[in-house]
Amino acid sequence: MPRIPTAAAGPPASLADVTASDAALRRFLHGLPGVDPVGLEARAAALGTRSIKTTAKAYALDLAVSMIDLTTLEGSDTPGKVRALCAKARTPDPTDRTAPAVAAVCVYPDLAAVAAESLAGSGVKVASVATAFPSGRAAPEVKLADTRAALAAGADEIDMVIDRGAFLAGRYLEVYEQIRAVRQAAAGARLKVIFETGELSTYDNIRRASWLGMLAGADFIKTSTGKVGVNATPANTLVLLEAVRDYRAATGVQVGVKPAGGIRTAKDAVKFLVLVNETAGDDWLDNRWFRFGASSLLNDLLMQRQKLRTGRYSGPDYVTVD
Amino acid sequence: MTAEHKLFAYAPAPESRSVVDIAPSYGLFVDGEFTDAADGRVFKSVAPATEEVLSEVARAGEADVERAVAAARRAFTSWSGLPGAERGKYLFRIARIIQERSRELAVLETLDNGKPIRETRDADLPLVAAHFFYYAGWADKLGHAGFGADPKPLGVAGQVIPWNFPLLMLAWKIAPALACGNTVVLKPAETTPLSALFFADICRQAGLPRGVVNILPGYGDAGAALVAHPDVDKVAFTGSTAVGKEIARSVAGTGKRLTLELGGKGANIVFDDAPVDQAVEGIVGGIFFNQGQVCCAGSRLLVQESVADEVLDALKRRLATLRLGDPLDKNTDIGAINSAEQLARITELADAGDAEGAQRWTAPCELPGSGYWFAPTLFTGVTQAHRVAREEIFGPVLSVLTFRTPAEAVAKANNTPYGLSAGVWTEKGSRILAVADRLRAGVVWANTFNKFDPTSPFGGYKESGFGREGGRHGLEAYLR
Repeated sequence: MPRIPTAAAGPPASLADVTASDAALRRFLHGLPGVDPVGLEARAAALGTRSIKTTAKAYALDLAVSMIDLTTLEGSDTPGKVRALCAKARTPDPTDRTAPAVAAVCVYPDLAAVAAESLAGSGVKVASVATAFPSGRAAPEVKLADTRAALAAGADEIDMVIDRGAFLAGRYLEVYEQIRAVRQAAAGARLKVIFETGELSTYDNIRRASWLGMLAGADFIKTSTGKVGVNATPANTLVLLEAVRDYRAATGVQVGVKPAGGIRTAKDAVKFLVLVNETAGDDWLDNRWFRFGASSLLNDLLMQRQKLRTGRYSGPDYVTVD
Repeated sequence: MTAEHKLFAYAPAPESRSVVDIAPSYGLFVDGEFTDAADGRVFKSVAPATEEVLSEVARAGEADVERAVAAARRAFTSWSGLPGAERGKYLFRIARIIQERSRELAVLETLDNGKPIRETRDADLPLVAAHFFYYAGWADKLGHAGFGADPKPLGVAGQVIPWNFPLLMLAWKIAPALACGNTVVLKPAETTPLSALFFADICRQAGLPRGVVNILPGYGDAGAALVAHPDVDKVAFTGSTAVGKEIARSVAGTGKRLTLELGGKGANIVFDDAPVDQAVEGIVGGIFFNQGQVCCAGSRLLVQESVADEVLDALKRRLATLRLGDPLDKNTDIGAINSAEQLARITELADAGDAEGAQRWTAPCELPGSGYWFAPTLFTGVTQAHRVAREEIFGPVLSVLTFRTPAEAVAKANNTPYGLSAGVWTEKGSRILAVADRLRAGVVWANTFNKFDPTSPFGGYKESGFGREGGRHGLEAYLR
């Protein structure tokens, strides 16, 4: 694979001046082409009617399994729960060793050490949310401390949230600088920037946030925390996919996409992969560039996998409940 | 990029052909019965994607027109005498049967026309049923439609429809005619007679009184005889401007009422502040929907020069993802051209584009070995003087022109003998209103294209025809 420039360095020279001031950044973000919501949603729905069968389905199901950030983000999380999840992440289907491992396990920072220990040597990454997830309502130094704690505990990937309040108030440079600060604190780790698209509310905002995140050095842009009413949808993920496609065309830098929250069925996951395939293309069909933030999705993918392999649908008692 | 090199190559997902049972031969549908043509002539209907003969169909001639018009005349008295609510019941019943049989009809239409199953399933058939439902609702409310307190039907309607949306054009013609109390003789196009004959079966299934709907498959001679028949009170035609002019001459001075829905050369205007990704989708839908064989197609892209390169790059990238092939495959975006004759016409006009100095770009896709196919194509460097900018190609060929100011965009958009459709793409609401106000086209879409709804009137300016179909306005053509 050719070496792909990484996002960590921040905006490429061609776009360096757009982050020179709040006014310049605002002009740039507001100069991006608008998004017509009716047309966007129609396109996402039309791609949802693709009929993915037989060999294509087998490919898509395995790819989707390999792209999961298997997630538990509950107040009731315990070391035992995280260890069980890590075992599942390494070997999703104990009855079928051909099932791929998932991409990562995603936990709160205080449980990252447990995950790191459980996943050691497996190739499955440890992702930790940070920066006062999910609301992001904390002082900047607290967010940085949160990030450092996650890294110290062994996190390979950091899922940060942006300050939606600052974004909606139009303080784009402040959001940018906060992402830059986390980016620097998390040097060496892959950084996923969560916009909480359900709170940004408009597709225009989602497109602006996408570019803001990429300019600030995100390795992944991510829709949602999974903690608000509207999480990943085909339409808001399509906006992200268009943004990473256009950003690479403009800068040569490739950025990943992670829809999260609300994707529960294999059928839905395959629809998202169709969006990736027909918007960003082949180069994103890999868990280095596309992830699903999900928990219950994995079992449905495994059941569909079994169905495809055996011709029978065994039901939920034939996959593990964690 | 070819399919074999794609990581995520979609496996074939064909819709089952077995849901439709096509008989080896079909008759004319006259006075509630299927009959042979008086002179025994037949013709073959061919699947354009494979050139396979689907069925042999009776070919109507003058004597059959005579019989069908007489049957329609006989049926008129009792049909028009029914209370509107009773006529409405029949139309509602027809609409429901269409919905129940929609999968069968979608597969049939795809086989006979060549268009993708995705379109017949998601566009044609839902719109067909919606049209019957909509006009069923008007049948008992005609006194409130704005055409007087007690409007009357005209009598026998002679209707001639094209091959591009066979069943949908039938619905546009038959639903308002019946709702208003007229009886009809309809001639489907010679390349796509089958769905109209299935519709005849639906009329029988619905118990529609005999003679109210008569279907005469045949060629132009049958259509000419039908529109010229002295006992026809109303002529409705959808098709080419050349034939429309002949029909206008034929009915001039006869007192027959006439509506014509003819050709177009729609302008799709993209301003520099357009939502680019959605505009690209609208351009693609505007010209490649139904292989561009759409009278209201957005066949001229007028793009503001300052964003022309950006829009064209995005458009080409998008066109490279279109999937051309087996129309019955649920993932096919672009199907077959309807006939060898139409393919020849598209090819000839595209060649004229080359000869006149426009630059051709063709989407990278492989064409099947048999059947009639034309890859999605666009011409750049097109000027108003080129034939590809002036003549209706009726195929998957987009002519790209540029403009500098809104005034220039409007002037170029209107500089055509046609006036059927136009599109405006801009995020600025005031510009949409100002430009739409000055476009001489029967329908102007804003930030969308090729959106249809039975409640919305549709029709043309200038050489695109006159009269409106759809909506309350569509009743006017069938009432006095």
